[in-house]
Amino acid sequence: MAVYFQKREVVVPGQLLAEGRYRASFGTYDDGDKIYSALVGLAELRGNTVKVVALEGVYIPREGDLVLGTITMVTGNNWKVDVGGPYLASLHANNALRRPYDDDISRYMDIGDVVAAEIIAFDRVTGPFLGMKGRGLRRLESGMILNISPAKIPRVIGRRGSMINMIQDILRIQTMVGQNGRIWIRTSSTEVMRLAIKAFKMIETQAHTSKLTDRVKTMLEEEMAKISGGGHPEDVAEEPLDIEDSGDAEEIAEPAEEGKEKDTAEGEAPVVPDEPPETEVVDEVKDDSPKDVIEEETESDKTETETKEEVSK
Amino acid sequence: MSPEVKPDSLLNAEGLRFDGRRVDELRPIQMEVGVLKTADGSASIRQGKTYILAAVYGPRELHPRHLTLNDRAYLRVVYRMATFSVPDRKRPAPSRREREISMVIANALQPVLFLEQYPKAVIDVFIQVIQADGGTRCAAINAASLALADAGIPMRSLVPSVAVGKAEGTLIVDLGDEEDKYGQGDVPLAILPGTNELTLLQQDGSFTREELMEAMQMGVNACKYLHELQKDALKRSYSKKTPEGVDEELDDYEDDLETDLGEADIMEDE
Repeated sequence: MAVYFQKREVVVPGQLLAEGRYRASFGTYDDGDKIYSALVGLAELRGNTVKVVALEGVYIPREGDLVLGTITMVTGNNWKVDVGGPYLASLHANNALRRPYDDDISRYMDIGDVVAAEIIAFDRVTGPFLGMKGRGLRRLESGMILNISPAKIPRVIGRRGSMINMIQDILRIQTMVGQNGRIWIRTSSTEVMRLAIKAFKMIETQAHTSKLTDRVKTMLEEEMAKISGGGHPEDVAEEPLDIEDSGDAEEIAEPAEEGKEKDTAEGEAPVVPDEPPETEVVDEVKDDSPKDVIEEETESDKTETETKEEVSK
Repeated sequence: MSPEVKPDSLLNAEGLRFDGRRVDELRPIQMEVGVLKTADGSASIRQGKTYILAAVYGPRELHPRHLTLNDRAYLRVVYRMATFSVPDRKRPAPSRREREISMVIANALQPVLFLEQYPKAVIDVFIQVIQADGGTRCAAINAASLALADAGIPMRSLVPSVAVGKAEGTLIVDLGDEEDKYGQGDVPLAILPGTNELTLLQQDGSFTREELMEAMQMGVNACKYLHELQKDALKRSYSKKTPEGVDEELDDYEDDLETDLGEADIMEDE
C-alpha cells in the first residue's frame, strides 16, 4: 500500500501512482495492483480511489450532461446536433417537441440553430442522444456562444456553481454552461460581453491555479467599476437588446472593440455605443417573431384539426 | 547548404565519432510541448540538426467514413518531409518512403493508446520534418508521443525511440546523417519504458546476432534516458502554465465532473 504522488501533482502517462488496494478511476489504468496514470493531469486521491484530472481533451458525452450544440442536419424525425467531440448527437423530435408536431420538423428548429439540450443516453457505438424536455432546455435565440476547452468547464462552474454564480451576479448576465465546453452568454452591452469573455478565458488559462474565484472576482469588480464610471450599463440593461448568435467567440471581437473605442472617445455617452446593436434587435424581432407565431399556430392548428377528427370519428 | 563530403573516418583513434561524440552519446536534444496553437496537442523536437513538429487532432469524427473501425479509434499518422528539409530538394509528392514511415510510426504508437475508448473516431497525428539530419523516424516517434499526451489522449506511457547503428565495426547510438549514409547499418527501435517491450525494431545493414542483441541493449538504455527527457518536457510545459504553486490549499477547486451543472442556468429561468 503506497501512494507515489503529491496531492495535485502534475503526472504524465505511464507514471506509477499507487500500489496496493486502490481503485483505478478516470484517467488511470491498472496492471495487477499497480495504478498508473493514463493522462497528463493532476493526480488526486479520494478515499481509496485514484484519479487524474485531465488538463486537456475533447468532450466525451456523459448521461445527464447539459450541452450546447449546433444543428447540422435535419433527417426525418431527428436533428443531428454537433456538440463537439468525436460523436455527432441526435435529437429525436419526440424528445424535443410536444406531440402532435408537424411532419416537417425543420419548422421548429433548423440547420444552424443553437440548442441547449441534455444527454439522455450515450454509448460509443451509436453516439449520444439528446433530449430537450428539461427545464431551461430550449433553442437559444440571442446572445453568443463562447468555446473553451471542455476540460476546464468544472472550474468555470465552480463548487456548487460558486464561480458561475459570482460572474452572473457581478456582470448581471445570463449564461448557460454546457459540459461540452460551450458557454452561452447573453448581455445587453458589448462592454460587459467583452468582460465576460475575458473572465471565462482567464478561467480557462488559469484553471489549475488556486484562489481563482477571488482573482476573477477582483478583476471583474475593477473592470465593472470602470465601465459603470464611463457608461451606465445598468440603465441599458433594463431594455433587453440582443446580439446576433455567433458560432465563435472571435466574432464578437469586432463589435466589442467598436464599443470600447466609442466609449473611451466620448466618455459619458452611453446611448451611442449601443445604437448598432439596437438596430439589430429590430431586425431580429422582424426575423424571429413571425417564426414563433408560425410555430404556435401550427401547433394549435394541429390540435384543432385533431380534435375535429376525433369528433368526426 | 554546403556540398556534402564523405568524412574520412566515422571513428577516430580515441574512439570518438567524427562529430566528437562518444559511441553511446546522444546528440543534444530539446523537446517542447504545446508549440502549435490550433492543434489539440503538439510537440517539437530538435535532435542535433533534425527538427520535427508533431501535431495531434482528435479524437474526432472520421472522414472518409469507410475507414471506420467499430471497436476502436483509427490512428492516422502522416509523416511528411518538407521540400527544404534535405540538401537536394525533396519532391513534394508523398513518397513511398514517407508512407512506410507513417505506417511504422503508427504501429509503434498504437500499443500505448487506449484506442478502444473512442470507437469509430479518428486520432490524427501529423508529423512534419522541417530539417532532416538522420534519425527522423525515431525523433518523430518521440515528438508524436508527446503531442498525443498533450492532446489529452489516454495512453499507457510515452514512447521513447532511438536508432543504433554500426560504423567501422563499432556500435554507435543515435546516428547522424553521415553515420546513417556511410555507416554499416542502422537499427531503429522504440520501447515501452515500463516493460521494455519493443514497439519498433527495424534493421538496415548486416549485424551478427551478438551485435544485434548488444545494439538493442544500447538502444533500450538510450530510450530510458530519452523517456526522462520526455517526461521532463511534458511536466515543464504544464508547470509553465501554472504561475502560482499548485500545492497550496485549492479549497475552491471543484473538479468533480459530477458538479451540479443544472444550477447555474435554472436560476435565470425563474
